Amino acid sequence: MLLETGLDHVLARAESENRAALIAYIPAGFPSHEGCKKVIAAFAAGGVDAIEIGFPYSDPVMDGPTIQAAAVQSLSQGTGAKEVFESLKCATDLGVPAVVMTYWNPIERYGVENFAESIAANGGSGVITPDLTVEESSAWITATDRWKINRIYVVAPSTSDTRLPYVTKSCGGFIYAASLMGVTGTRSSVSSSAADLVARIRTTTDTPVSVGLGVSTREQARSVAAYADGVIVGSAFINVLLEASDEESGLKAVRELAEQLAIGVREGR
Amino acid sequence: MTTQVEKIIGHFGPYGGRFVPEALIGALEELEQAHISASTDPAFIAELDHLHRTYTGRPSIITEAPRFAEHAGGARILLKREDLNHTGSHKINNVLGQALLTKRMGKKRIIAETGAGQHGVASATAAALMGLECVVYMGEEDTKRQALNVARMKLLGAQVVPVTSGSRTLKDAINEAMRDWVTNVESTHYLLGTVAGPHPFPTMVRDFHRIIGVEARAQVLELTGKLPDAVLACVGGGSNAIGIFHPFIDDVSVALIGLEAGGDGVMSGRHAATISGGTPGVLHGTRSYVLQDENGQTVESHSISAGLDYPGVGPEHAFLHDIGRAQYRAITDAEAMHAFALLCKTEGIIPAIETAHALAGAKQVGQEMGPSATLLINLSGRGDKDVSTAAEYFGIKL
Repeated sequence: MLLETGLDHVLARAESENRAALIAYIPAGFPSHEGCKKVIAAFAAGGVDAIEIGFPYSDPVMDGPTIQAAAVQSLSQGTGAKEVFESLKCATDLGVPAVVMTYWNPIERYGVENFAESIAANGGSGVITPDLTVEESSAWITATDRWKINRIYVVAPSTSDTRLPYVTKSCGGFIYAASLMGVTGTRSSVSSSAADLVARIRTTTDTPVSVGLGVSTREQARSVAAYADGVIVGSAFINVLLEASDEESGLKAVRELAEQLAIGVREGR
Repeated sequence: MTTQVEKIIGHFGPYGGRFVPEALIGALEELEQAHISASTDPAFIAELDHLHRTYTGRPSIITEAPRFAEHAGGARILLKREDLNHTGSHKINNVLGQALLTKRMGKKRIIAETGAGQHGVASATAAALMGLECVVYMGEEDTKRQALNVARMKLLGAQVVPVTSGSRTLKDAINEAMRDWVTNVESTHYLLGTVAGPHPFPTMVRDFHRIIGVEARAQVLELTGKLPDAVLACVGGGSNAIGIFHPFIDDVSVALIGLEAGGDGVMSGRHAATISGGTPGVLHGTRSYVLQDENGQTVESHSISAGLDYPGVGPEHAFLHDIGRAQYRAITDAEAMHAFALLCKTEGIIPAIETAHALAGAKQVGQEMGPSATLLINLSGRGDKDVSTAAEYFGIKL
């Protein structure tokens, strides 16, 4: 496999250490623009391997109440593309590979070619597009190939065996496997459908597979790390920030959760 | 002219398509296949036709409106009476079709979004008729504006979920319905109420509403001996409009005019006139015109009419606009309410406030085209649900 981006390299390194990578999500502008940069630093200090910067969107149909609340808070402070790219650069400047996760319309509005260029210009490794289908991707494939960034699609337990290779062959970096049928948010247990989906994905591609949706604890990270190359955690970090009494304690809680999850992804195999 | 041809399946020029989580692709493909196979299945066609004749009350009649016409430049005004359908609007046409498809796919639960409540009531009705579980998502703001329809849905056995996120109107009701669908897609059909959303919804919902235009075209020909000069309909998502426009698309002499909700005026920024005041973008699974800001965030729409209060529009309308086959105009709240009162007092028909936008358009177009013109207007819904809004607007004490 050709390793081109920081994300490719960090996943390969985790593989060489016989463990899963820990991938953490935070929306740009949450809890504030400056606060987001501090969260990114806490991720880095806590041992996160790669960071997803969310581009908050007004109509997030794949997100549950936690990330919706974070998006509302972020958008109310005027977060836009500029803040997203600044947060991306903040992560990559710390040496942590980072990608942007965004619904499609903000990309289309910014300009497909320009968006891919700005990702690359800010050191980003790629973009996760949860509502972009491969069928609608022709301009995006051209742009991401030109700027050598990873195109990451999300596949679901309902994705059929016939369709799966069609999606996975278009992915780079990793394939985002949604652990269950549903929206983002913490769950008391990780769905058993995740392991089945990862196994099905592996029959179609050698690209690493990361699992997201519902992972929030060290124990869950451990169980997912047993079969996945990456473990994605989002809502759990937002919850500790929302529940914190002040910024300092929130950042401390983020770092501690990251440290626990980083242990979890090393205990899985 | 073959403007309706979809060059790539599910696309109308650059519009339409599928912008959805991968989790929904299987369900959309299943629905597309069910729609294709049903539309050529004589048994399905006969069953839907039977329901329309014995339950909906089709064909709906044409009513001439001479006293209203005096205020519309003396043009001949013909009203297609979708308000007389069971449940009081055109929405039942699509709902019965999709409910039959739901059974065909072996699903037992339907979910629906609603703005004014018309689609929610129609969905609850079809669910009761066919023994399906029904959950309707409705913006909390709209549950207040349309309390009567909330009660109707509950009487019909549906669960109504008030949506408290975002603008608390139709846009957010759709978001919540899509979240439900992503989670429960195996057991559940999302009975989308307009010609928006991912393919196959814009095509399928249009096909179920084409009956409006097919009937009206024949009725106008029989009554007047010629085609109308213009066909007018209100446009929110655009389902009643595409239903009456579509059979006339190849009749190039017939002007197709969609009336959008201009709210306080397009220049005010407080409106729901998506084509008149929006830009191309992606919302709720389809590419079309969208009310959005420079970052691609959806801008909240405003209209006195809950059913038109939506910042998107069906992709086929976007295409018909771009190629110049249909024109779209914005009607302000004040213009719509004036036309609402006018139809009440001149013809004894209380229209839905949504429909009043089309009537206000007919006044304008009649004055432009003059007494020799014949205008066909889709009277898409009745106004019972709007009585309290109208009473408040006109200062009538309840």
